[in-house]
Amino acid sequence: MTPVVSTTGLTRRYRGQLALDRVSFDVEDGSITGLLGSNGAGKTTLLRIIAGQEFPSAGQVRVFGASPAENEQVLRRMALVREDQTYPDFRVRHAVRAASWFYPNWSGELAGALLADFGLPLGRRISKLSRGMRSALGIVIGLAARAELTMFDEPYAGLDAVARQMFYDRLLADYAEHPRTVLLSTHLIDEAAGLLERVVVIDRGRVALEAAADDLRGSVTSVSGPAMAVKEFTAGRPVWERRQLASQESVMMVGVLDDADHARARALHLSLEPLTLQQVVVHAAGTTAAGLEERTSV
Amino acid sequence: MLDAGTPLFAQIAERLADEIADGALAEGERVPSSNELAAFYRINPATAAKGIGILTDDGLLEKRRGIGMFVAPGARQRLLGERRRRFAERYIEPLVAEATRLGIGTGELITLIHESSHAQGGVTT
Repeated sequence: MTPVVSTTGLTRRYRGQLALDRVSFDVEDGSITGLLGSNGAGKTTLLRIIAGQEFPSAGQVRVFGASPAENEQVLRRMALVREDQTYPDFRVRHAVRAASWFYPNWSGELAGALLADFGLPLGRRISKLSRGMRSALGIVIGLAARAELTMFDEPYAGLDAVARQMFYDRLLADYAEHPRTVLLSTHLIDEAAGLLERVVVIDRGRVALEAAADDLRGSVTSVSGPAMAVKEFTAGRPVWERRQLASQESVMMVGVLDDADHARARALHLSLEPLTLQQVVVHAAGTTAAGLEERTSV
Repeated sequence: MLDAGTPLFAQIAERLADEIADGALAEGERVPSSNELAAFYRINPATAAKGIGILTDDGLLEKRRGIGMFVAPGARQRLLGERRRRFAERYIEPLVAEATRLGIGTGELITLIHESSHAQGGVTT
């Protein structure tokens, strides 16, 4: 099957600065993929190129098998909700109506329910909305568009934890009823982790890691205890980080542990703590920065 | 609700298996759909479906076309049998290992188990 999004060697330079460096990845149909990485890693540039709003310096992007640039057929099938989205100076109801004309799968019913959920006043001028309300408007339009490819780029500036949870819940509920392909760029990994089926980690313009989210959970374990025992336990296994304090040592060990490993750790009086998705992602990005290659064994 | 350091699909399978073993999900009863589990645990529906799939592959759940997934006949007995088989490895071995480390002898350990069992109103022989 043709991937919904496919990039090959995608590179973007700004006045000699490399924003994207030979990025190649595919997004399969019908999944929620997290685009993760620190601020300035290149996530926004990548999404803008996929959405045909910016052009690569080199490499190729295909969306639904075609180039998105100035391609009306492709652009109507996708929605990109940007961080700090700007709108012409009109009212909330006008922005919603304009979106309803553009997107072929638009749901007026869902839009109405979401506007009420987020408490958005229909008659308010968008220029008079708070930052959080403007973010909420972007989320309403992005969800109600039910676009086959829906992209959210850090869509929650100014939204508090309660409103963000509402966004995640509504996204999941509507996604379950109306499957589509979702790309969610975020640095709030812990919050969104459960939603994600796959993750693509971008670090300094490069793909640092691409994996199924559940494959990463428990793929790295923090092993701590007496230094001698830690050394014995981790001998010959790939590790990410060693920290030592007096006779105690803590090591991040890469690889899934089996029952025998757990029994051995008990016998050596070691404590084992599996890393969360967020911790794995942070370290995966960090190791590419440091030029280490262990990440490839995850 | 779920542990962030363990694959979520495995935790979903484990929770459902616990409910079947407890009898909270009775044999022949419908189990929640992947979408219902996804909404409740706030996880991706595909992840929830994978968890259900594990129990289906083990024959603990069965599909009834167009209605959903149901607890298979004999599922509870099979789960309890499996857990009894793993009881020594999961609970007794670590217990004895820690007791040995602390210098608690077998006789003292058995007394402690009797006391604990009595306090919990549990099985006495």
